[in-house]
Amino acid sequence: MWHVGEVIALHDETATARTITLEVAGWPAHVAGQHVDVRLTAPDGYSAVRSYSIASGPSSERRVELTVERLDNGEVSPYLTQELAVGDRLELRGPIGGWFVWRTHQTEPVQLVAGGSGIVPLMSMIRSRKAAGSAAPFRLLYSVRERAAVFYRDELRALTENEDLSLTYAYTRLAPAGWPRPPGRIDPTLIANATWPSNLGPTCYVCGPTSFVEVAASLLIASGHSPERIRTERFGPTGDRK
Amino acid sequence: MAIISRGFSHRASAEDKKLPPGQYVTTDFPVLSAGPTPHLSLDKWEFTINEGDNLLRRWDWKSFLELPAQTFTVDLHCVTRWSKFGTTWEGVSVDTLLADIKTDASHALVHSYGGYTTNLPLPDLRKMQAWIAFRFEHEELAPEHGGPARLLVPHLYLWKSAKWVHGITLMQQDTPGFWERLGYHNYGDPWREQRYWSD
Repeated sequence: MWHVGEVIALHDETATARTITLEVAGWPAHVAGQHVDVRLTAPDGYSAVRSYSIASGPSSERRVELTVERLDNGEVSPYLTQELAVGDRLELRGPIGGWFVWRTHQTEPVQLVAGGSGIVPLMSMIRSRKAAGSAAPFRLLYSVRERAAVFYRDELRALTENEDLSLTYAYTRLAPAGWPRPPGRIDPTLIANATWPSNLGPTCYVCGPTSFVEVAASLLIASGHSPERIRTERFGPTGDRK
Repeated sequence: MAIISRGFSHRASAEDKKLPPGQYVTTDFPVLSAGPTPHLSLDKWEFTINEGDNLLRRWDWKSFLELPAQTFTVDLHCVTRWSKFGTTWEGVSVDTLLADIKTDASHALVHSYGGYTTNLPLPDLRKMQAWIAFRFEHEELAPEHGGPARLLVPHLYLWKSAKWVHGITLMQQDTPGFWERLGYHNYGDPWREQRYWSD
């Protein structure tokens, strides 16, 4: 039921987010988009469990990568992003979830829309596609606060250079010098320019904070996408706080 | 055997006593839905109870609001591990909706605008355990939380409390709904921690 994973690598994606690579004995193959439950137990026996999306593709044997964003008032994420060390062991349960997933036999175009750390399960899909040699056309719209908040920056650049992925960044607070679009939330023009047209029949995966997902899904529907083709994963409270 | 994490400790909360196993308290109201939020027009809204092809009851928004409603305060437990205490709702008890319906059905499949479904044993919808709720904290229920109306079955994990509820099909046998087909537990009792298929 609970698997034991040993931390074999840690990598800081940004000032507040860390990728944890675990080697998990007996880990069943996961499908891109699934998540795991992580259980921490304190010396006094108290335990806490939180869910985290898997970032890695399914090909990496018994390896599971999680990217965790630190929430300042959190109980588990500060531990995972600041205290955890290589060689530590964690308990994991999963993989979990059968809806917000991309399977390698899917051949239709895929539109990914990420808000902030919502990129994590979408990155698993991108990595799965690459590992499987799939020809499904993938497009990613990645809305992020600023350049310094981008996860997987070098890998995403390499994927776009190899034409494995068509990628548009949309900065919400601070754009790099000379960036064509001023910082701001996603809007109909951006959706029109940076996503597959609805007549190609893409499956859309939208992940991010609740307010972002509400806006992005509404914009996709307004531009002609069928609600049945839009899969969503929301995290955080209803407001803009995270 | 649990693995002890050095340096990890509990951030204590006064509310811990009422928490089902594996849950934590939130004061926010997170939103979890599998797809986009439908925005429904009250003119076209309806709620039905049927037995397959046999329509038993039907209400439009106006006639639904004429039913006797109750205000109630309950705790919510989501399978994603947050619990929210003391939420106040207004809604119509499912007992009221099922009154005068003679049925030997054992189960119910609840369906929603947007295509969502969830299944429950019919007794879990009776005896003042389930409501069709349309107000939350004295305000109209917002679309992202299931408005105009949602099922509320607070003694089960919250995915059973179908948002944007459209109707109830009374069944002679159990049939899994949306999440129940995709890995979530068929019944979903938070106090027995029935989260996933293997629980």
